Amino acid sequence: MNTATATATGRVHSWDLSTGVDGPGTRFVLFLSGCPLRCQYCQNPDTWHMRDGTRTTVDAVMDRIEHCAEFLRASGGGVTLSGGEPLLQHAFTAQVFHRCRELGLHTALDTSGFLGAAADDGLLADTNLVLLDIKSFHPGTYRKLTGQALAPTLEFAARLDRLGTPVWIRYVLVPGWTDREADVEALASFVATLGNVERVDVLPFHKLGAAKYDALGIPFPLRDSPTPDAELIARVRGQFRAHSLRAY
Amino acid sequence: MTTTTQAAQETAVSAWQGFSGRGWREQIDARDFIQANYTPYTGDGSFLSGPTERTLGVWGKVSALFPEERSRGVYDIDTAVPSTITSHRPGWIDRERELIVGLQTDFPLRRAIMPNGGWRMVETSLRAYHYQPEPLVSQIFTQYRKTHNDGVFDAYTPEMRAARKAGIVTGLPDAYGRGRIIGDYRRVALYGTTRLIAAKHADRARLDARPSTSEVIRDREELAEQIRALGELEQMAASYGCDVTRPAATAHEAVQWLYLGYLAAIKEQNGAAMSLGRTSTFLDVYLQRDLAEGRIDENRAQELIDDFVIKLRIVRFLRTPEYDALFSGDPTWVTESIGGVGLDGRPLVTRTSFRFLQTLYNLGPAPEPNLTVLWSPQLPEGFKRFCAQVSIDTSAIQYESDDLMRPVTGDDTAIACCVSAMTVGKQMQFFGARVNLAKALLYAINGGRDEISGEQVAPATEPLTGEYLDYQELSAAYGRTLEWLAGLYVNTLNVIHCMHDKYAYERLEMALHDYPVHRWMACGIAGLSVAADSLSAVKYARVKVIRDTTGLAVDYQVEGEYPAYGNDDDRADDIAVDLVRSFMAELRRHPTYRGAMHTQSVLTITSNVVYGRHTGNTPDGRRAGAPFAPGANPMNGRDHHGLAASALSVAKIPYDQARDGISLTSTVTPEGLGHDPTERAGNLVGVLDAYTQAGGFHMNVNVLDRATLQDAMEHPENYPDLTIRVSGYAVNFVRLTREQQLDVISRTFHGAL
Repeated sequence: MNTATATATGRVHSWDLSTGVDGPGTRFVLFLSGCPLRCQYCQNPDTWHMRDGTRTTVDAVMDRIEHCAEFLRASGGGVTLSGGEPLLQHAFTAQVFHRCRELGLHTALDTSGFLGAAADDGLLADTNLVLLDIKSFHPGTYRKLTGQALAPTLEFAARLDRLGTPVWIRYVLVPGWTDREADVEALASFVATLGNVERVDVLPFHKLGAAKYDALGIPFPLRDSPTPDAELIARVRGQFRAHSLRAY
Repeated sequence: MTTTTQAAQETAVSAWQGFSGRGWREQIDARDFIQANYTPYTGDGSFLSGPTERTLGVWGKVSALFPEERSRGVYDIDTAVPSTITSHRPGWIDRERELIVGLQTDFPLRRAIMPNGGWRMVETSLRAYHYQPEPLVSQIFTQYRKTHNDGVFDAYTPEMRAARKAGIVTGLPDAYGRGRIIGDYRRVALYGTTRLIAAKHADRARLDARPSTSEVIRDREELAEQIRALGELEQMAASYGCDVTRPAATAHEAVQWLYLGYLAAIKEQNGAAMSLGRTSTFLDVYLQRDLAEGRIDENRAQELIDDFVIKLRIVRFLRTPEYDALFSGDPTWVTESIGGVGLDGRPLVTRTSFRFLQTLYNLGPAPEPNLTVLWSPQLPEGFKRFCAQVSIDTSAIQYESDDLMRPVTGDDTAIACCVSAMTVGKQMQFFGARVNLAKALLYAINGGRDEISGEQVAPATEPLTGEYLDYQELSAAYGRTLEWLAGLYVNTLNVIHCMHDKYAYERLEMALHDYPVHRWMACGIAGLSVAADSLSAVKYARVKVIRDTTGLAVDYQVEGEYPAYGNDDDRADDIAVDLVRSFMAELRRHPTYRGAMHTQSVLTITSNVVYGRHTGNTPDGRRAGAPFAPGANPMNGRDHHGLAASALSVAKIPYDQARDGISLTSTVTPEGLGHDPTERAGNLVGVLDAYTQAGGFHMNVNVLDRATLQDAMEHPENYPDLTIRVSGYAVNFVRLTREQQLDVISRTFHGAL
């Protein structure tokens, strides 16, 4: 976790310009390598290990961003750091966001929140939006699904609420794992207590990353799991909406 | 003459009642009329009307003929009567109910022959659809009346013929009408033909004192032909009961008169692209006046536009199947330019701009008329959002940067064909198709020999003989090839347009232009991304040459990675920019026919497939016969960072070096733009604003829904570049397994993981 702190370099998987899926407008999305979670449904197993990323300086990243900064501004977009887990490289993330803010660019942090404690107030001051991925509200399920504890994510959510940092909650809907009505209900109740949540995105589980597992020669645990049907998706969205949340 | 003019002016006074401004009364100037009278509209689309029962009835009647037309290729052909403005008796779709009248022949979808461009083209087309040419017509156009095609081949040099045959210069309008000339059809409505004819007589009289040089003689003859054509327009209109000698007095008449002007043009010419111009805001002045005076309501206003658009949707020309292979889908490019901003900063958006787009809902989506929005971030938000919504719902509109065009061609610019800007009624172009830059690169490597036939097409030079291609050596050789190609190309176009003026002059369209007219020589290039990537491969990776026994380089092995055009990477993008700049500079060195100003386009429409088919293996790793990317697009599958990165690369191509347009075709899924319709429209507006601001010129926006994805599964060959964005990475839809495709189709994605 501290390899990236001393120097202003990060381990980068790739970048992309995307519209409408990683925050508002068109965004420069930087995918960082390395993640402390091992989610059963992960679609990006190629971003698990920091060592697989390309060592990249903050300057190099900013060169790339400046190239398209005008486009990002004009489209009402900005920069999203994703991964992997961007907070695994929190110093790098902080520097990139700080430089983005100096350019007047909107910043979004796409995170599981598990390493929320690593994000200092400075980093969060430079963060305009957090895309907070809460994998499950049931601690046991969360651990089974990710290999880690739920509590740090909830603590991070509460801290973002105190700071007033805008949040979009993301919830991946996997039949048999995250579709239990009671769990969704509990999550929705919790999210409804937060004053900073602008929307909830219910993301239907899909298996388009399966080929990546094959390429890496590792098993894809949910290969045979079903994807959610329209009815289930509607039910879960409805549960969030019942708590006056804007859910998609 | 004087009495007629006075009478005309008296009728004009009543027809123009309530209109403001002076300049347009004194001179023929539709722009001035618009500026003095239009009402900008800054609201949204909530005022619009749906289709009336009448509209659906008329549309239903003519669309019922489409299936038969599609199955046989044509619905019917009149083989006996070569088309002129007055050649055919009037025809109707539904005489009782149609509001805007006039057909190209005496029956909807019955195609006419127009042999002035070339008899062979007519004959081949007829036979392709199992019709026999009429012996008399054949005799006339082979024995007595020389055609454009005959003239061109009389004057082509052997080198021009060889280059044409090899497909390095290609798609030339030497056997068919050149098109891409937009008559200012608004003039018919605003002034009536009596006044227009008087103005042409005045132009001609000014030439009387000039010495009779060949230029002056030609101009006098052309003006005489223009006047004659306007007279024929009067006759043709009269056969439909319309008196276009006088100005239109109502909105209904304005739409009708304008359409009759356009109809005369398409009865006389089967130009490759027969574009309409910029008519919506002009017509809005009349609609607005009638609405204000209570003569019509919104339903009626929309009906008039719907009926007009029905007519524009059934414009038909007789083409050969080979032509269809180049430009598939029977296109006519009835391009209508909508929106834009005036030089005074007022948006040129009116309610009728909306009404034109509304036809895509009222009549359903269709490729024609080719609705083109002249985009600027300064356009009113309500209009921008409406356009984006229409794009998302129909994928039927294209966008061009008003901000780039306005300083060059002014605020009365219209697009001919796809991306060719011209000032309506003041400028025309000599359409020049395009040269194949990728093939030219192969000629540079092979010392001017064609990589497929082995024939010497370009002048013989020393071929490159190294085991690996050397960037300096290749660049130098390519420069010499392009120098040769540019000269040959401009000279070939000069021949074509000289003969077209002589044998297939656009009398009516040119009658609706000012005299003298400004001319563009519209050159073009294809294969830009292939050429740029090939050079990038040689520069940044290593490219090994594989030669056949005669020493001809026939294949290449790329060793290592190279930056590809389309990823907002200057290393590759700069190569593309340099190519465009240097070829433009070469073109400018060669004098043009009638002093036309050189320009070029980076546009292929759908011909990228055919050009690719006729081009061998290229040093970027592309296989022989594989399609090029369309227009200025990056090669399929080589732009790895999303639509916006790809758009940023294309936006680097400088418009001042490619003023005939730079085309980008983008495809996104609705989910790739956001979660719900409002968000998607907002995001698309953002992308268009940002692309325009980055200097982007043109964007075709495809937003594909589930039905399209299903179709792509059944016909993957039609969707080579359909990309879907999923969870922070993009996948090429047609490369997914069937199971994965079904997975995508079965649900909607709502964001990134």
